[in-house]
Amino acid sequence: MKRALSLFLLLFAFWLLLSGHYDFWLIGLGLISSASAVFLARRMGIVDAEGLPLDLVPGLLRYAPWLFGTVIRANFDVARRILHPRLPITPMVIRVPAEQRTAPGRVSYANSITLTPGTISLEVSDDEIEVHALSVDAAEDLQSGEMGRRVVALEAH
Amino acid sequence: MEIASAILLLIGALAMLVGGIGILRMPDLFTRLHAVGITDTLGAAAILLGLAFIAGWGLLLVKLFLILAVLLLLNPTASHALGRAAVHGARRPWLSAPK
Amino acid sequence: MLILVVTVLLGTMGLALIRAVRGPTVYDRILAANAFTTKTIVMVTTFGFMVGEPGLYLDIALMYALIGFIGTVAVLKVSEFGNLGQTRPELPPKPK
Repeated sequence: MKRALSLFLLLFAFWLLLSGHYDFWLIGLGLISSASAVFLARRMGIVDAEGLPLDLVPGLLRYAPWLFGTVIRANFDVARRILHPRLPITPMVIRVPAEQRTAPGRVSYANSITLTPGTISLEVSDDEIEVHALSVDAAEDLQSGEMGRRVVALEAH
Repeated sequence: MEIASAILLLIGALAMLVGGIGILRMPDLFTRLHAVGITDTLGAAAILLGLAFIAGWGLLLVKLFLILAVLLLLNPTASHALGRAAVHGARRPWLSAPK
Repeated sequence: MLILVVTVLLGTMGLALIRAVRGPTVYDRILAANAFTTKTIVMVTTFGFMVGEPGLYLDIALMYALIGFIGTVAVLKVSEFGNLGQTRPELPPKPK
């Protein structure tokens, strides 16, 4: 019920943000649409820890800045490789362990891997992720496991 | 404010250009996905942040960050789906000779 | 400044189009279309600021971002399974 209520508030805030008209009629329509969307989502059984991972949000505030810095650094590395006249890339496929306990945690990890230029998650299974890496450096960065540990910490909150 | 915005916009435009060149230069699909990663992250983020600097406080700012959040959440998913579909479609990645 | 950014973005969209035309595989074309979508979103946003009517164009860009992703996934699904409704054939039905 708490999840349903927060989903309703999120949807209604989204409506207010996009509509920009704040008269009685349109706000009423927004309330009705948000309520029916929540009703349908509940009937589909997707209002759970996987469909609405609110538990991850507090940890995300600490994780996001670190990820941002990592992504910027990786960006400049890949940009240098693209512009280098000899194209110094060594593509390889590696497997990294995914120690996250929950599905949203694993998805966050896979999404972070893909978000970082130089590594792309190809296949996600229960305990490991198959990754295509552009260079040895990118692969080694990922294999050091720092990102994985941080996503595990993200879940713990 | 104006200068910060201009710098960010310039960085973003350059990143977009590099990403576009990468899409053309890279030898196979999987390496091209990395090039797309540049346009999706640094390119889009720098330009949208640059615009946020001149948007002023208000609804515009929130919407800019909403677009950025949507891009940062959905583009990796699309990249992953693309790479996975290519693997399932029996496209083997071009790999460098092991040293 | 904004005009420069829009011009560069249009040029990059041209580069993505070249990749879409050259292929060689269907996945390369989808990738090019996906990159094209991202650039269009950013370009529309910047264009809105350029013509001094950002509110309208931001809404368009937001909708484009949401729809473009669905489009990419839909095309991928068709190319992998041959239709839109089917899930992976070898998987057993999801347990209740």
